[in-house]
Amino acid sequence: MSDVRVAGTGLTSFGNSPERTGRDLFAEASIAAFEESGVPRDDVEAVLYGNFMGELSEHQGHQGPLMAEAAGVQAPATRYESACASSGVAVREAVTRIRNGENDVLLVGGAERMTNLGTAGATEALAIAADDLWEVRAGVTFPGAYALMAQAYFDEFGGEHEDLAHIAVKNHENALTNEKAQYQSAIEVADVLEAPPVSEPLGLYDACPISDGASALVLTSESYAEEHDLEAPVAITGTGQGGDRMALHDREHLARSPAAREAGAEAYADAGVDAGDVDFAEVHDCFTIAEVLALEALDLEPIGEGISAARNGRTTADGETPINLSGGLKAKGHPVGATGASQIAEVTDLLAGEHPNSEYVADATTGVAHNAGGTVASATVHILEVTN
Amino acid sequence: MSDSEVHDAGFDDWLAAAEEGTAYYLECANGHGSLPPRRVCPDCGSTDLAEVDLPETGEIQTFTVTHVPTPAFEEDAPYATAVVDFGSVRLTGQVVGIDPDDVETGLSVELEITVSETTGERVIGLRPA
Repeated sequence: MSDVRVAGTGLTSFGNSPERTGRDLFAEASIAAFEESGVPRDDVEAVLYGNFMGELSEHQGHQGPLMAEAAGVQAPATRYESACASSGVAVREAVTRIRNGENDVLLVGGAERMTNLGTAGATEALAIAADDLWEVRAGVTFPGAYALMAQAYFDEFGGEHEDLAHIAVKNHENALTNEKAQYQSAIEVADVLEAPPVSEPLGLYDACPISDGASALVLTSESYAEEHDLEAPVAITGTGQGGDRMALHDREHLARSPAAREAGAEAYADAGVDAGDVDFAEVHDCFTIAEVLALEALDLEPIGEGISAARNGRTTADGETPINLSGGLKAKGHPVGATGASQIAEVTDLLAGEHPNSEYVADATTGVAHNAGGTVASATVHILEVTN
Repeated sequence: MSDSEVHDAGFDDWLAAAEEGTAYYLECANGHGSLPPRRVCPDCGSTDLAEVDLPETGEIQTFTVTHVPTPAFEEDAPYATAVVDFGSVRLTGQVVGIDPDDVETGLSVELEITVSETTGERVIGLRPA
């Protein structure tokens, strides 16, 4: 089975650009990805595009062909929607197709326009990732759902808000050198603890921002990369996907994310690696507690101990296993449909030595990208490795 | 929230039953509990689902106090939301009849359908028992 090469990556700046359309955002990201890859647009066989709330924010369905057109690609195009894991599942589908020999060149990515909805509107739109009848109509918001998980975690394993605050501080610190990040500003633990509450115990600085942005990847087969002499040293060597019951209250355990564990185990086995081989990871920290659950699901921390990882320096840039060197969703931003593919872009650049934070992982050979939808009823995990 | 007057069969029927004090859950032949509308047990695939009386009280397993709501709960915030264990099923609802700051894990509550102060729509409420 052929490995899949990341031939080119492209990201827009993530942040506040309410006037920019989804098609404009994706076009910018795709131009960057094509330029970096050296792959002609004519070679693209399909476009796989992730987007979550396009109907609500842009009154636009059927976005696949629209985005192919925006990228200047004449090929079949499909939109993938799995809430915040939308482009994670698009990447997984692309990897599967290339490995099966079905395609050699695919344009994959995602975009989200969110800030035009305002805070209340975006909160309402994000909430549709939960069960409308049994959660949203009871007043559950997206931060509220993660707050329920955080409180359950505290009750079972201990830990406190200050532990979570260190995760936010770390991810802001990592974003200082990331020009594409929404926040390039350092914060302190006290800032997190004193911030206005959103859904207790989570406050404003525990939450990722509302963001506009896009990501794009040109993925190719190994044989295409070799035949065309592409500069594509990083391969996606493992892919996994997990699923779970939709509503949080239907999960066996309220403070764990078995869908991510399932995805991680599948991806590790697929790549022939285990958690001990992982040099660093980009994980889905839509809220500070989400990073804790991700680390435990990926076996990067034992169950019940992920809460102290940032505070004790295990996951900081100079720690044993740096987590979210891009700044994560927390500081880089979270344009929902763009996030999964953007994590692949960050891991690729970190492994290739082309990221502002590559110095922290100079000898790294293996990176992980963990993307989660809703309260992790959907999850994808990808393993990326440097090829020789 | 639906803008139309058309009800959601199964769900709105359940709310009506709960208002009458006859709330139920669905149980399959293998004893798995679930919530309507549903034709297939999500645990085992059984299509033999029967309505069973929901126990009078449940226990709060986790909770949060939400300060930044969706527009549908603008006038209700801050409010406490909890996941409550009723034995074979759990429910998520708003904790009423108690100061949100006094809500805690382990609190015993009973179901009480309430209404949103913002929209007047029915909401699953949970009152200390």
